[in-house]
Amino acid sequence: MDFARDPAILAFQEEVRAVLAEHLTTDVLERVDATGTHHDWGLHRAIAARGWLAAALPRELGGQGRGADQLAALFREVELAGAPYDGMANTMMVAFVLGHLGSAFQRAEVLAPLLAGDAIPCLGYSEPDSGSDVAAAATSAVRTGDGWTITGQKMFTSLAEEARWAFLLTRTNQDVPKHRGLTFFLVPMDDPRVEVRPVRTLSGKRTNITFYDGVHVGDEWRVGEVDDGWQVMLVALAFERGVAGGVSDITALYDAALAHLRDAVDDDGRHLLDDPHVRSRLVRVAIDKEVAELLGDRAAWAAVNGIPNQEGAEAKLFGTEAFGRAAGALLDALGPAGLLVHAALDAPAGGTLEHAYRYAPILTTAGGTSEIQKNLIAERTLGLPRRR
Amino acid sequence: MDLTLTDDQAAVVELFSSFFARESSPAVVRASEALGFAPMLWARLQALGAGAISVGESFGGGGAGLLDAALAVEQAGRHLAPVPLVEHIVTSRLLERVGAADELAGVLERGDPVSLALRPVATTAHLLPGGAVVPTFAALTGERLVLVRSEAPGVPTPNGSGLAVADRSVVDGAPLARGASAVGAHSTAVDEWRLLTAAMLVGLADAALEIGVAYVSERHQFGVPIGSFQAIQHGLAEFPGPVSGARLLVARAAWRADHDENDRLPVDASMALLFATELARSVTSRVLHYHGGYGVMEEYDIQLHYRRARGWPAQLGDPAAELDRVARLLYGPSGGR
Repeated sequence: MDFARDPAILAFQEEVRAVLAEHLTTDVLERVDATGTHHDWGLHRAIAARGWLAAALPRELGGQGRGADQLAALFREVELAGAPYDGMANTMMVAFVLGHLGSAFQRAEVLAPLLAGDAIPCLGYSEPDSGSDVAAAATSAVRTGDGWTITGQKMFTSLAEEARWAFLLTRTNQDVPKHRGLTFFLVPMDDPRVEVRPVRTLSGKRTNITFYDGVHVGDEWRVGEVDDGWQVMLVALAFERGVAGGVSDITALYDAALAHLRDAVDDDGRHLLDDPHVRSRLVRVAIDKEVAELLGDRAAWAAVNGIPNQEGAEAKLFGTEAFGRAAGALLDALGPAGLLVHAALDAPAGGTLEHAYRYAPILTTAGGTSEIQKNLIAERTLGLPRRR
Repeated sequence: MDLTLTDDQAAVVELFSSFFARESSPAVVRASEALGFAPMLWARLQALGAGAISVGESFGGGGAGLLDAALAVEQAGRHLAPVPLVEHIVTSRLLERVGAADELAGVLERGDPVSLALRPVATTAHLLPGGAVVPTFAALTGERLVLVRSEAPGVPTPNGSGLAVADRSVVDGAPLARGASAVGAHSTAVDEWRLLTAAMLVGLADAALEIGVAYVSERHQFGVPIGSFQAIQHGLAEFPGPVSGARLLVARAAWRADHDENDRLPVDASMALLFATELARSVTSRVLHYHGGYGVMEEYDIQLHYRRARGWPAQLGDPAAELDRVARLLYGPSGGR
């Protein structure tokens, strides 16, 4: 065992921090806050210019071939900085899929502008009646002439308002078990038969419902084989392996809380950091933060070393649940001032903790709910009997 | 960062894993409950050189650091080994730290376990870990570090965790060090105790989780294994991550201490102890509960783990005190602004 930080990773982190320091300005953060759109084209293009959108792609496919530990470091830095990185995450994932499975047409028409930072995709997985049960997607794609006609509705299509294509999971076969009748398409979002309806969420983040009302696309927009969409999904999931999302948010939260509490006083002029209840809460968060970071590091290490287990699920489950506990506990520690949102001039820590409390439910849901993570761990880590 | 065990570390784990599985069976643990100590197990551990594993080679020890010790005692914890191994390791290292070469040589030669009073003592070390059986122990009294050699009572103060705790007088202790160096050396030893006890608790928690998985996979109700119910599955699925997390907290803290980052040890050790304590208590109480009525029958092993998860850390004091300590170390004293 060796807990020394890899110098190559430290150097990469410094590079990422430098880009964020230059491009993640207050203006950018204020605009994200006002619009709820977690994407900034200036920052995104700066990231593209360094080739990081292709960080996960193997070198022979034109990427940087960075390992899971480097990818984890990239996501850690953008999480810690509070950068709007959903466009980056979507792009890296779809680029990874197209790098492995994309046709020559898709590489030229889609992958190239994606990697250049000129366009981003949105992800069309969830539907009104299929969330965790993603393979139950009902949006239909029917062969018509030399192409396909797509009809249906997708939920939580974040960044649809900025995306050039939706990476869309559709049903192409009703007569087989649900996992075997799925097909992926890239659907141009400027098609008049695509409708984007905004949805505001409780953290202020914008997402969308998207409607596909008989959208016609040529067969060249199909990704992977017909009815083989589940295999495409597995390639997409392989990109995420080792990059456990949401394990660094608790670190950012702790740092913000501590920075605020070091100087904060209550109405009677007493320092909050002298209050034993406040101190105990902070220490509990500090410990959970250490554990979340270690589990995140372990997930990346396991992926780099090809250890096939549920390290990512274990890290995500712990880190995101701990974030929720931390957000609630730290908010309580602020007393009534904790109610104040960013717009209030004297909001403690600029409203960061109040926002965290509203953001926490996204973390424990997006990318696989805590219950789905527990199913995976029960089945694969613990080897428990088949579920009833 | 590389979490792969080196060949040497893997050998330590293999050695102690098979040793404790063989020598510290539940039957041995049960037979030792009245005394809190298994003399034969201790003798065999000594034959392995386990007690001196982390004493410097120039003192006749194994020269391994805290990380190897943590790997070894995790296996002791997994099998609830009724021996004061953690106390022996940290007290031996304390003797080395204060340069008590003759005393350490005596300890290594005699082969009896030694222990440590975890809290500063006036005249009597209350509920000294291993106090019922160790002839030798170190204690901090005033600002003097002393080594006491006296006859062990041979019977513990009755307690609920099968521990060999007993009160011992420190009045006739031989001085080893005094002043700030004595206080500092003792404090480091107690931090090492925190860390290695956390390692024991990781082993205990992991073993309890395994017991739980095995039980719910076998136990049938309503015609199916209860482990097929999602309520049970989710109750157990919470734990593999935290068990690994606790193990990593311990390992990183030990690694840092072995790599001259000793200034981190106090915070690291308290964090590891608190996290491992709460984890071990959650796992054992939940797994005991999943045994239903059988969980409270003495014949089932899980009650052994359940009681020790409470008892081992309690030897130091209220675990919540670790919260105050970490706060003081990280944020300064309360009222310090």
